[in-house]
Parts: sequence; C-alpha cells; structure tokens
Amino acid sequence: MTRNGVFSRRQKLEKLDGFKSFDHPPPDSEELHVLAVDDSLVDRKVIERLLTISSCKVTAVDSGRRALQFLGLDEESSSVGFDGLKVNLIITDYCMPGMTGYELLKKIKESSTFREIPVVIMSSENILARIDRCLEEGAEEYIVKPVKLSDVKRLKDYITKEEGEGEKSEERVTLKRKFQDACDNSPSSSTPSSPTPSSPLSPFSSPLSSPSLLESPLRRLKTNDGD
Amino acid sequence: MDVGQLQRRFLDYTASLFREGFLDDQFNQLQQLQDESNPDFVVEIVSLFFQDSEKLLNNLTRALDQQSVDYKRVDAHVHQLKGSSSSIGAYRVKNVCIAFRSYCEEQNIQGCLRCLHQVKHEYSLVKNKLETLLRLEQQILAAGGSIPLMV
Repeated sequence: MTRNGVFSRRQKLEKLDGFKSFDHPPPDSEELHVLAVDDSLVDRKVIERLLTISSCKVTAVDSGRRALQFLGLDEESSSVGFDGLKVNLIITDYCMPGMTGYELLKKIKESSTFREIPVVIMSSENILARIDRCLEEGAEEYIVKPVKLSDVKRLKDYITKEEGEGEKSEERVTLKRKFQDACDNSPSSSTPSSPTPSSPLSPFSSPLSSPSLLESPLRRLKTNDGD
Repeated sequence: MDVGQLQRRFLDYTASLFREGFLDDQFNQLQQLQDESNPDFVVEIVSLFFQDSEKLLNNLTRALDQQSVDYKRVDAHVHQLKGSSSSIGAYRVKNVCIAFRSYCEEQNIQGCLRCLHQVKHEYSLVKNKLETLLRLEQQILAAGGSIPLMV
C-alpha cells in the first residue's frame, strides 16, 4: 500500500515524550481555520473535504491573488476589513498560473501581520531544489501530492499544539521533509488488508528508511517517479 | 440480489480494479472521506474528474494538432491531467501522463501523439470502470445496505 512516510525532528521529540501528545486546543477553543489555495477544482474539493473531516474550518480559493485578497493583502484592492476570521494555517499548491505557491509564500512571509501564519506547500513534483527553496522561504512543510488524511491530521495536530503552547522556535528551524514510498502508488502493493497510515511514533516505517536516508535525514534520495 | 451479494460483488470488482492498476490507494482515501454527512463525495469528485479530463483531452488534441506545437502548453495540460488523476487514484492514467510529459520535454511529436492516444484510451477505460463501480454502490444503497470499505 502506498504510504507517505514523514520525517521531521518534531516527531522524534514526540517519540521521546513517551506518550501521545495531548490535545491542546487553540486558546479560544475554536476550530482551526485553514485557507486552502489550489487552481485545480478536483484538488480543491479533496483538500476541503480532508480538512472538514478533520474538524477544520475551510476557506478554499483558486489562486494566490484571491488568497491575498482574502487576507486583505492584495495591493490592488483597498483593505477589505473582513470579519477578522483568524487564519491558523495556509495550505497552497505550488504550481498555479499567475502567482505560484512560492510567490504567495513570499508575500505572506513579507507581511508583518501574516508572517507568523504557518504555510504549507503542496506539489505533485518531488524536486529537491524546489523543496529547499520553499523551506528556506519559511514554509512549514512541503507535501508531495496526493494529500492524504494522515497528512492533514498530522498538520492539524502540529498547528493545534503550536497554537496552544505558543512556542515556535525549535520547530521553525527544523527542515521537514516528506518522503514517499519508493514503490509509489504501486497497485500490486495495495491490498485490502493494508494498514492504516503511520502513527507519529513510527516515522521510519516507510521502506525508504534505509540507513543512508537516516544518515542524511534532510535529503530525499528518491528520484524516480519519472518527474 | 440481496445486499450481501451486492456488497460482495462490489468488493470483488473494486479488488480487480486495484489488481489491474486502474485504481490505486488514493481512491481508498477518497472512499474514507465519504460518510452520512457527505454521502455523495466520491460521486462528486469523480464527476469533476470526468469533466476536467474531457476538457483537458480536448485541449490536448487541439494543441497537438497545431502546425507549430506549443509544447509548454501541451505540458501544462498534461500536468493538470496528471494532477487530477493522481488525486482520485486513476493510476494508469497518471502513469501515461508521466511518460507524456517526458515526450513534451523532448518536443517529440510522435511520442506525444502516441501518449495522447494512450491516455484517451486509459481514461475511457477508467471512466467506464468507475461508472460501473458507482452504479454498484447505488444498488447497495438502494437495497438498504452500506458500502463496504476496502481498508
């Protein structure tokens, strides 16, 4: 079965904790509000559903421009002064016409008001240079599509924890990677009795967890998939 | 046919689609997103995929029919098709798109035309199979049963 393993130092910390992370709801106990940006209608519907089923409020827009408008950052329109729905997370596709997810990321990080909002990049392309660029620009994570429920759950736990504890320093510096099965989406390995997505305590259960990968944990060595 | 039989038929059919590579695990993911509050999720997504794909295939046909082919444009369409097929788990369609993009990069018209033909073929196959699958789902629900998940 296809499984997207995840590596991050954060998960190692959780493992050291010895117990599952508590539920730290955001201070005001409201649902997380996520702004999702994707030009593909199919992907927008999927991410919206993934987030809703994970108990998040979702605003889904189809372009970087609209995302900025929603946030009130668009230079062309006067300050919209929307009803102050706080955005807890922005998740955006990388490849979009007009403004790429990377350009959107930069604009958000340049804004004093919004730079603290975690931004996650999604992309169907597993290009190391691109991943590096995004993480260096301040993206929390770079998720290789297709996005799964386990990805969203993991993100939500992470963001919820941050909101509750208000600490960001260590996490911010960590470069996170998302790994994908070497036998990417191979149907022959998809069986009806496939296990559920990996738990936070076993980030190294993916077949890619070879010793060489662990030595250089921040580098993806998989280069196939024909992209 | 009683609910049990319909459900077994559904499971067998789904299993065969996975075995033959028409669908991959991402389709399972989508099934898991469907529940009583959102009972039509899979149907909706699949319909969107059909609409999107048909539009893209038309665009591709036109783009490759030009005197002077704009390979960047062709690649952009294939990229979109690859994305949406990946998102719903249409494994074979996705794979053709991967090969297709290589030919775009090489600006290989013959390769591109072959892939276009192939992707249209794979698309029509998976469309057919998904429609059959969704029909089976409807039959189960109409008979008062629930759709078994392949987890």
